[in-house]
Amino acid sequence: MDIMYLIGFIATMAAATFATRALPFVLFHNQQHPVVLFLGRYLPPAVMALLVMYCLKDVEWLSGNHGLPEIISLSLVIVAHLLFKNALISIFSGTALYMLWVQGVLASLI
Amino acid sequence: MTPQLKIAVRQTFPVMFGYVPMGMAFGVLFSELGYPWYFASIMGIVIFAGAAQFMAVGLLAAGAGLIEVTVTTLLLNSRHVFYGLSLLQEFKVKGWRRWYLIFGLTDETYSLLTSMKGDKDVTQQSISDLQLIITALNQSYWVIGCTLGVLIGEQLSFNTQGLEFTLTALFMVLVIEQYKSVKSFAPFAIALVSGALALWLATPQNMLLVSLSLSLALLLMKYRLKPWT
Repeated sequence: MDIMYLIGFIATMAAATFATRALPFVLFHNQQHPVVLFLGRYLPPAVMALLVMYCLKDVEWLSGNHGLPEIISLSLVIVAHLLFKNALISIFSGTALYMLWVQGVLASLI
Repeated sequence: MTPQLKIAVRQTFPVMFGYVPMGMAFGVLFSELGYPWYFASIMGIVIFAGAAQFMAVGLLAAGAGLIEVTVTTLLLNSRHVFYGLSLLQEFKVKGWRRWYLIFGLTDETYSLLTSMKGDKDVTQQSISDLQLIITALNQSYWVIGCTLGVLIGEQLSFNTQGLEFTLTALFMVLVIEQYKSVKSFAPFAIALVSGALALWLATPQNMLLVSLSLSLALLLMKYRLKPWT
């Protein structure tokens, strides 16, 4: 546990986050370059999809439970989100199912 | 209570129900790292970004280098660049107040600030005040959530195995929301190809950086060849 590392980490992430929010106000006063608009439209969806894949990178598809808890819980997130359109319900229902599953609570109930 | 504060509390009410539990989930995860509790509050105060702070728990646990932290945060928050583009004309205040509005431009704050225009209770001169109060209220919900979470996480010892799935679920929700707004499978196909290639070729630690760079390159290639728009 290194406090200096943590402080450097927090400062870096704070600066990077602020940079993304301040960039348009500093760079573009009125003009909007087409490549910026293009990336603005299509980079975020790609990034979000990659982050889902990144979160699943340690899943062992060929052994153990073959990623079934992840697949089923993510399916619940998708279905809940399409049904209720409420991010909180989607996130917490999926996480609850996942936690009950990987902690073995689900198996003991069935 | 001033009229603006009343309006702001009413408008930010749904955000409170989102930020407090999400902040608490972050706080509980953060408490497992073993750092002093108040750093979770500090992160809520100086970073104020949901997805980035969740990502930070994983990056801290892995001991990620600061360059990786910078690149990951920039790309993760890249959508915020485009929030600003549509608000360039809307922030009329100057000085630190303006910078605070820009600093606090989260997904939820953005959606409140952009949907404020139609409200009949709002007069032209009070819009700036209202923007500031809404941003400050949203941030206070978030900081309260982060703090409660880290304190609960330290005091109670309940089984948090699997709690990190909140992040996966959050990104899945954002994927759905992104699809609804772009209505195109192409960026997701590009991500799938980049992600699969990175999982195959790169180490798990480098996977995100490699796949993000690949996606960016593929998107720029696509732009050069034939833009969709």
